[in-house]
Amino acid sequence: MAQILDFEKDIFAVENQIKELHSLSNMYDSVGDLTHEITKLKKKLRHMKRDVFNGLDGWQKTQVARHPERPYTLDYINNMFTDFEELHGDRHGGAGVSISGGFAKFDDQTVMVIGHQKGRDTAEKIRRNFGMSQPAGYRKALRLMRLAEKFNIPIITLIDTPGAYPGMDAEEQGQSEAIAYNLFVMSSLKVPIIAVIIGEGGSGGALAIGLGNRVMMLEHSVYSVISPEGCASILWGDKDKVKQAARALNMTSKQLEKLDVIDQIVGEPLGGAHRHHKWAAIMLKKALRSQLKELMALKPSELVAQRQEKFRNIGVFNTEKE
Amino acid sequence: MSWLERIISKTGMGKKIPKTTEASWIECKKCKEQILEVDLIENFHICPKCDHHFRMKPLDRIRLLVNPDSFEEHDQNLTSADPIKFKDKKKYKDRVKTALKAGGSTDAIVCGTGKMGDHEVELCVFDFFFLGGSMGSVVGEKITRGIERAIRNDRAVIIVSCSGGARMQEGILSLMQMAKTSAALQLLAEKQLPYISVLADPTTGGVSASFAFLGDIIIAEPKALIGFAGPRVIEQTIRQKLPEGFQRSEFLLEHGLIDQVVHRKELRNHLNNLLSHMKNTPISKLTTAKPATAEADPVKSDAE
Ligand SMILES: [Zn+2]
Repeated sequence: MAQILDFEKDIFAVENQIKELHSLSNMYDSVGDLTHEITKLKKKLRHMKRDVFNGLDGWQKTQVARHPERPYTLDYINNMFTDFEELHGDRHGGAGVSISGGFAKFDDQTVMVIGHQKGRDTAEKIRRNFGMSQPAGYRKALRLMRLAEKFNIPIITLIDTPGAYPGMDAEEQGQSEAIAYNLFVMSSLKVPIIAVIIGEGGSGGALAIGLGNRVMMLEHSVYSVISPEGCASILWGDKDKVKQAARALNMTSKQLEKLDVIDQIVGEPLGGAHRHHKWAAIMLKKALRSQLKELMALKPSELVAQRQEKFRNIGVFNTEKE
Repeated sequence: MSWLERIISKTGMGKKIPKTTEASWIECKKCKEQILEVDLIENFHICPKCDHHFRMKPLDRIRLLVNPDSFEEHDQNLTSADPIKFKDKKKYKDRVKTALKAGGSTDAIVCGTGKMGDHEVELCVFDFFFLGGSMGSVVGEKITRGIERAIRNDRAVIIVSCSGGARMQEGILSLMQMAKTSAALQLLAEKQLPYISVLADPTTGGVSASFAFLGDIIIAEPKALIGFAGPRVIEQTIRQKLPEGFQRSEFLLEHGLIDQVVHRKELRNHLNNLLSHMKNTPISKLTTAKPATAEADPVKSDAE
């Protein structure tokens, strides 16, 4: 049974009406021609989807971004690329399975694709630690990025994590250092890097593979310095104030585009990527293709300079004298 | 003017510090002993009874680290804006206003150029008393400018972190300061200029997961809380109490995450030695700087 979000209920109701009309007209000739009714309902459905999904606030987007049927990194890899050769391990004792990565063919071009992987069923969720990476995941990602640089292969990262894993083992193994070092190295890699937030962009754990020449966001994804839950409990002292926190944090793609933190919003199928994995992948692939083409025209030194400058300029402050 | 009054007028932090003529007692949060404030200041803000390292105001710390009269502050005219009009129970704007009115730093960090022994350094020191030392756009920009000054002038960088992490009231912009500062350190590294990161209690979150852990050398003060996630978040995640000493400096040293745990009284000497080693220059023996005397006031003048 599909999980239906609160604001999707009316949409699903109309979809069921359409299904019923279809089966009615198939079963009984006596009901007459229902084509007109069905067409009317379909039009209504399109409008409903558009209205509902255009008006989602930060908290509603968070729910869409966390939808259990939303396409994950491996879904996008399977639907956008061919010949994926997954590569494993950080070479220092960790498999880092909350992040997947490897070579893949994007049209005729080999790319290194790296992304957080949440699990689909319960066993997989636990194995992947719900997409919350240990230091090994970030170190594996870095190893793969350096491998890509060595062979002049562009890098595409897909971001979808609640955040870096806050556990004892993660701290003992240097979670801070793992994230920090990725930022340090990514800023100087001599190949194109495109980062895409496909679902949840949770804080440092997201940024750890997010330092791209281009940063893109799927329409209904979110990207934030802290989860709405964390923010609510720290600043409101009440973890139920998630709606207010999500709104205050400015975590939607439109808001982040306005802040000049992301370069492009990639549209999703009407009703959200979870309604049509393949279509979502086609739309992303198209956007990636044109961005990659632009970046591959740049020299290595230009790529590094562009990335450096992009992040150098982020920040808003006052400079007047007191 | 007494030396203490001079400091008070210089730093503008006089509101809370009473005159020396009045005895003011402070309770050590570690051993619960009552300590005379003057004794605490004379002892580098370290509890004379149990050695607990108190949090320090940035100018007090700078005074401990640099040669007298050598520190020139930069970029103190940068102040926090309110880019996403953030409001929780209070407006972010008002929180900043209140912090500014307290009369300490103009944001959660003080940056400037100073001399430490024989070395010119760009020194950035966090102010935990300003919104928990949280890193927003101002902190990220000041650190980045400090690193860029070091690159232009062939200087070393020293950052003393003391921060709960990113300033969430600036939303994603605060997260991006991690990328910005780390990218700047990459340029510093390419120039083969030294960067020493000093971690004071506490260093967590976005500060920990960026420049604080990118030092060529990472030094922590004794028993400082250092980590990516805060202890409460970890306890909620794993649903059990954390062992004593977890995420403290000594624990990090044992786990290979930092180079040294250094007592505050020894910090200046170690920094000077390490810089001399990294630059392969003779090591001059420094006398440990006096905590705060009229003779050893480091602040030359406010920069333009
Ligand atoms: Zn004590």
